[in-house]
Amino acid sequence: MGREFKILGTTPPRPDGIEKITGKALFGADLNVTGMLHGAVLRSPHAHARIVSLDVSAAAALPGVKAVITADDFAEVENAANRDTLHNCMAHGRVLYDGHALAAVAAVSKSVARAALNLIRVEYETLPHVTDVDAAMQPGAPVIHQGKKHKLAGDDVSDNVVGYYSFGHGDIEAGFAQADTVLERSFKTAAAHQGYIEPNACLADFKGDKADLWVSTQGHYLVRDICADILGMESSQLRVTAAEIGGGFGGKTTVFLEPVALALSRKAGKPVKMVMSREEVFRATGPTMSSSMDVKIGMTADGRITAAHARLRYQGGAFPYAMVMMGAMSAFAAYDLDHVQAEGWDVMTNRPKMISYRAPGAPMAIYAVEAVLDELCQKLDLDPLEVRLLNAADEGTKSSYGPTFKAIGLKACLKAAQAHPHYSAPLGPNQGRGVSAGFWFNFGGQVSVSMAITPDGTVNLTEGNPDIGGSRASVSMMAAEELGIPFEQVNTVIGDTGAIGFSDTTDGSRVTFTVGIATIKAAKAVKAECCKRVAKIWEIDADAVEWIDGAVHPTGHNAGDFPPMSLAEIAAMAGRTGGPIAGHFEGAPDKAGVSFGVHIVDTQVDPETGFTKILRYTAFQDAGKAIHPDYVEGQMQGGAVQGIGWALNEEYIYGEDGVLQNAGFLDYRIPVASDLPMIDTVIIEVPNPGHPFGVRGVGETAIVPPLAAISNAVARAAGVRLYALPMSPPRILAAMDHG
Amino acid sequence: MRYHVANSLSEAVEMLAAEAGTAKVLAGGTDLLVQMKSGALVPDLLVDIKALEGMRDIVPEGGGYRIGAAVSGAQMGEHAGLRALWPGVVEAAGLIGSTQVQGRATIVGNLCNGSPAADSVPALIAAGAIARVVGPDGTREMRVADIPAGPGRTTLEKADIVDSVFLPARPARAGDAYLRFIPRTEMDIAVASAAVNLTLDAEGAVESALVVLGAVAPTAIMAYDAGTALVGSRLEPSALEQCAAACSAACNPIDDKRGTAAFRRQVVGVMAKRAARIAFERAGESL
Amino acid sequence: MKKIHVSLTVNGDAVDYLCEPQETLLDALRDHLNLTGAKEGCGTGDCGACSVTVDGRLISSCLMLAAEAGGVAVETVEGMANGAELHPLQRHILDGAALQCGVCTPGILVAAKALLAQNPDPSETEIRYWLAGNLCRCTGYDKIIRAVQSAAAEMRGEA
Repeated sequence: MGREFKILGTTPPRPDGIEKITGKALFGADLNVTGMLHGAVLRSPHAHARIVSLDVSAAAALPGVKAVITADDFAEVENAANRDTLHNCMAHGRVLYDGHALAAVAAVSKSVARAALNLIRVEYETLPHVTDVDAAMQPGAPVIHQGKKHKLAGDDVSDNVVGYYSFGHGDIEAGFAQADTVLERSFKTAAAHQGYIEPNACLADFKGDKADLWVSTQGHYLVRDICADILGMESSQLRVTAAEIGGGFGGKTTVFLEPVALALSRKAGKPVKMVMSREEVFRATGPTMSSSMDVKIGMTADGRITAAHARLRYQGGAFPYAMVMMGAMSAFAAYDLDHVQAEGWDVMTNRPKMISYRAPGAPMAIYAVEAVLDELCQKLDLDPLEVRLLNAADEGTKSSYGPTFKAIGLKACLKAAQAHPHYSAPLGPNQGRGVSAGFWFNFGGQVSVSMAITPDGTVNLTEGNPDIGGSRASVSMMAAEELGIPFEQVNTVIGDTGAIGFSDTTDGSRVTFTVGIATIKAAKAVKAECCKRVAKIWEIDADAVEWIDGAVHPTGHNAGDFPPMSLAEIAAMAGRTGGPIAGHFEGAPDKAGVSFGVHIVDTQVDPETGFTKILRYTAFQDAGKAIHPDYVEGQMQGGAVQGIGWALNEEYIYGEDGVLQNAGFLDYRIPVASDLPMIDTVIIEVPNPGHPFGVRGVGETAIVPPLAAISNAVARAAGVRLYALPMSPPRILAAMDHG
Repeated sequence: MRYHVANSLSEAVEMLAAEAGTAKVLAGGTDLLVQMKSGALVPDLLVDIKALEGMRDIVPEGGGYRIGAAVSGAQMGEHAGLRALWPGVVEAAGLIGSTQVQGRATIVGNLCNGSPAADSVPALIAAGAIARVVGPDGTREMRVADIPAGPGRTTLEKADIVDSVFLPARPARAGDAYLRFIPRTEMDIAVASAAVNLTLDAEGAVESALVVLGAVAPTAIMAYDAGTALVGSRLEPSALEQCAAACSAACNPIDDKRGTAAFRRQVVGVMAKRAARIAFERAGESL
Repeated sequence: MKKIHVSLTVNGDAVDYLCEPQETLLDALRDHLNLTGAKEGCGTGDCGACSVTVDGRLISSCLMLAAEAGGVAVETVEGMANGAELHPLQRHILDGAALQCGVCTPGILVAAKALLAQNPDPSETEIRYWLAGNLCRCTGYDKIIRAVQSAAAEMRGEA
């Protein structure tokens, strides 16, 4: 790219920063309104049970209680996905997991609401339950929902298998025959929670047939449309405003409390605020899938992969659609393979319905693949980065999931990793170094943006994607860059669902890419309008003017005839030249451009306790073009640390009774500051040809490599390889003792 | 629930005794409020004793220190004299929760909460700490070792209030230490822990040794043989291995979400060995 | 339920509220005083998002009853800036991109300020252990630690 940028690549303070460092920013639980009630939810203590009877009369009679609802307060929903969502938000007939909601109350205070829950009488008939994915697939396993078995699931599995996917090309058996070494390993990974620090929260207020909803979400249009369908409303009658969001990582891309709060508000005729406790967040929102996987890779003695096969079994909780498809698509995406197949089975269990977690489905599949690759490198005495480089996908590679890659940055990341001092730094006793590649597809999706020029020539940009990690900054920067005006003259706000058109959710690493394209197009429309008006003022042809650095200049044979008119001057005259100046864009840009990363990690394993210390960590990632490099680094660092947690300590622990045993931050152990070193980052920029500035999404890829990188490092530090995550100290010590 | 700020210890005892429902003493509250939040505890009465005289004080007494029931872990950590005399107790108390929790958490609360994994309790037992208990029948002294009775249980009677813990004087050549194993570096409950309190003879050999284990039995337990294994040694590898083996033999751990019994059995000995080395060095000897 | 009247100072101002006996100081700040800077991330003292100081001591406001706060001096994130003038920690957190979602940021700021009040020149390890009770799920802590270091240097007059 020869283009020189003035603003892209700088690191201005984010526009929403002052609110967030002074405590003024309003997150989901921070809004209070007059006459507001407090909602609370009754949740199942059982993993699986029939609701024999549910008596809410005493709760409803408690002074201060204004509404009590159960499944009976919702009409049936035709849309299958929304029906599942409703049944996840409020149990219908059976409770399907520990923590499943079955009634809710709204009362004048939190304490009255809690007291009312204690007055609800439920008679349960407990049913057999299953929480493990392999057990759930066994014929004879308790079936969560009958009649949903996938037609290609096979006869040897239970009716819990509700999806089957297969991707690949070539002839894997022929490929394995060409190998000098074939290695097959089986893996398991535990369910991990997104662990956002802000519990789910919303405030619903019905006014006749209309309602307002304030909510912490990654996608307020999605919330609007799901809730409107569930509540039997027209979408236009439900105005959803996205609160500041205290983390999501995919976890806030559906609804849990929102339809309940709306139904309570409708029944009570008052605003209802609902805030989950941390325990509720763990028990009743969606963690990511747990998995059971087999990966088989054939390799020649010099490190070329001849064939690769993965079989992925993901449990997605009590409803269909574990994102195993994404796992099967991503498993071998990093490699240029002649013979490859990845299959995935989607399995129901008595656990909360899973929802996306950063690169959903990819980290576990790629963990298994990268661990087998590393073990092959050990067996064949080959350099792990060299082998990855030898097999790496590149521009023109037919990917393992179908499409042919355009320009991609995997080889650039691998080469940067090889050349980095970290890769050749000496290691001490009980220390080991691991590497892994990682991948995410990225996504474009639907977007609406409106750019309004104010009378003083500054810019109000309204977009529809909640800002979860600095996107107001990156979007403002792209607007300023395209217009050629200072960053500070752009104020980007997130509109409510009534303000502008539909936008897809903040997910898929899509916001900087997609909203960026929309912003650039809106800015181009503004520039064209300004040019048109100035040409008219100057009484020259519209194509005899051009936009340079925030002003319209005469061009061609008119060059120099008129002093340039700045955006401020044009805006000041707008009332006399045709009215307000604005640009907008509605569309669905594709060509998001896939993203690759490579991580190097050094670990030290205490041989007496199995404790793993992360000594040094370096992440390399292709960002296409880093708009705000600090926030790109932040994505890489945050993703890496989430992956470190998943690799070492985070897991959903269920007892024999199917009840979650660690529903809190005490025993669901996300990394704390003292667990970690600095996370070094190297941003690679291989421009995405599908974006005017070359942007690729950067949000998700970084959670993918840590799982295998740490596993590979532990294998070398401890001298034993583990095939399950998390690699908690008891597991490592047991493996070392038996190793 | 009623919340009452006690005007005197005797009034507090009377109120606790008179309460027909569940009554609890509030000092730091860092366990109590968590239990109330989860619904595991629904008290009818809370009696707040922290404003009473002496409750927030660390007072020299007989060459040792008396630590009031509302003295926070942070306060202990800032007390140079206490740190110098019983560093193992201070570091154990300092491991309870985050910096924020340290601002409120107390060793008396840690003791009365009855958790087998309480960090300060093994260190207090190893130090020979004495609790002063005020009850309906007056004031008495109890060895801290005699108070834990099992998970969530103590030998204290209804309306008993531990108003302070006394840490005695110690001989010159002595040192204590506490180590716990947790899966992270902070913010966890001990999976296995060991407190070691050593005194050395004039030649620098261990004269007496107390080893107390946490999180590996229904209560903190004294591993007598583990202490005996160190006596007469200068912590040579053979003595340490014998100590660790005795720890493993003494404990009675369970499998739970925090670790397996096998892991605890093995790692508790490692913690004891490492704590012994630290205590030895604190007693003035180098290894 | 009989409510309890509590008078105290918050960020230097005399305030009072009526609370229920089981309500926490965090509930009182958020629901009765409308100071929503401190967040409830867990309610069990495990996340640090509700960090405030009470009489200069850093605590989790979710682990203190509202009724206990009579006569104390509470400092919250809302009291950190002096009018429009930001505290150096606030500036360095913002300029260093040490926040993403921002929900843990108030707790981090209050905790870091308490650290620097007693240790103006903490090592990286000291900062990491002091802040171990302040969970951040977005940043991986890297930029937070660096921001505290650079703010501390400025406050010492070194930058």
